[in-house]
Amino acid sequence: MNLSISQRAGVIVIGLLVLASFIILVLKNIYPGGQWEGLLQRLKSWWIMASIFFIALVSNRIVSIIFFGFISFWAFKEYITILDTRRADHRALFWAFLTIPIQYFWIAIHWYGMFIIFIPVYMFLFLPIRQVLAKETTGFLSSTSKIQWGLMAFVFGLSHMAYLLNMPNAAASQSNGQSLLLFLVILTELNDIFQFIWGKTLGHKKIVPTVSPNKTWAGFIGGVLTTVLVSIFFKFLTPFDMKATLIISFVIAVSGFCGDVVMSAVKRDAGVKDFSDLIPGHGGMLDRMDSLCYTAPLFFHIVRYFYY
Amino acid sequence: MILFIGLRVYGKENLPKDKPYIIVSNHASHLDAISLLDIFPLKELKNVRPVAASDYFDRNRSVSFLSHLLFNIISIERKIVSKHTDPLAPLKQALDSKQVLIFFPEGTRSITGELGTFHSGIVHIIEHYPELPIVPVYLGNMWRSLPKGEFLPVPFFCEIRIGKAIYPKGDRTDELNQIRNSIVSLKGD
Repeated sequence: MNLSISQRAGVIVIGLLVLASFIILVLKNIYPGGQWEGLLQRLKSWWIMASIFFIALVSNRIVSIIFFGFISFWAFKEYITILDTRRADHRALFWAFLTIPIQYFWIAIHWYGMFIIFIPVYMFLFLPIRQVLAKETTGFLSSTSKIQWGLMAFVFGLSHMAYLLNMPNAAASQSNGQSLLLFLVILTELNDIFQFIWGKTLGHKKIVPTVSPNKTWAGFIGGVLTTVLVSIFFKFLTPFDMKATLIISFVIAVSGFCGDVVMSAVKRDAGVKDFSDLIPGHGGMLDRMDSLCYTAPLFFHIVRYFYY
Repeated sequence: MILFIGLRVYGKENLPKDKPYIIVSNHASHLDAISLLDIFPLKELKNVRPVAASDYFDRNRSVSFLSHLLFNIISIERKIVSKHTDPLAPLKQALDSKQVLIFFPEGTRSITGELGTFHSGIVHIIEHYPELPIVPVYLGNMWRSLPKGEFLPVPFFCEIRIGKAIYPKGDRTDELNQIRNSIVSLKGD
């Protein structure tokens, strides 16, 4: 049977999920108790998320783009719901939501120039004016920054995943946009998991105790090293040589951690623990996408600069 | 609707099995009545009647026609026109035919999302039906999605929190306070 490299990645992910399920069930039999329930719930959600993701990815390009647009919409909605917004921001928020379909439309028609400046130039200049027209100056700056940061992270940042799908085959390799996207998402999510596992088991010295009490230096370093090591197994998805694989996966690991703690700070500021209760065991859409807000644009631009 | 607004319903089991009863809720948006209708199965909708002010919803023929047709409202007069007609008569009629009423005792949409003062219409109903369950409901974030004076909704996650039915007792002010407090306690924080 001849599988494309993206299909091979799918098989590996299923294998990992089977392995993880097996390990947890065995451990549960050896050390019975309630402490495994939370983990099993997380794992079950992983199965569902991975299935939806692969279905959306293999169906066709437009379905995939709509799928990512929906993720942006949901994430931005979760973000804006937990924040305090002013009554005067109503119209500006309406435009902010309208940005999402427009941004993904540029991706669908392959208009790179517009995709890359639409939010940081046109929307960022337009939204404050819309807010000024609402004639309310108290809290203007904080409100502007809330809306614009949300657009930056959850629409602009996440939409880079969808734009990866537009990338053609890289020179002298089997890899294409789809396989690069898989490399990015698999490593980012694995990094989240490694950070979680190492943070639970290793170290005492906290990195950012005020934001995220579970993050330790030892856990961070362990997570980054594991991610970099594991990236070697997924090198076949990319046009990278060994050195580039290690460097790029290091960037993914570190920036994934940054995205995670930055979104934790957003939650802290808003006074909530999770963004919503959409995904059992994980929290909201944003609790899962937080790292990708950072890794997606960085990965995209590194790859685009060096390989296209 | 559910996909766009992201409606979250808590305490649906608190809805009484037997009709009639009255749902009392805070009011901050045109989405309020629509969302509350949304928690009922389709075949029961003809028996769920939002109570609305006729000076607003019957202000012209098309608004009146649409709100009666789509939302099955009962419109009542906010001001007493004459001493001889009972403005609450249509409500009593509906309760007698075992229908559920959706009541917004603030009488108008709150602009800030805070709970306003309650009007006494509801306690006049209770006087006639002392055994009627009053189900308090708190609607969260609706005013952010579609505030008074706006026509374009913005998708926030909205909440419907349904409390246990209460049977207010005492004089009119007491009863009104009991109803109001039950909604405030659902709001929390």
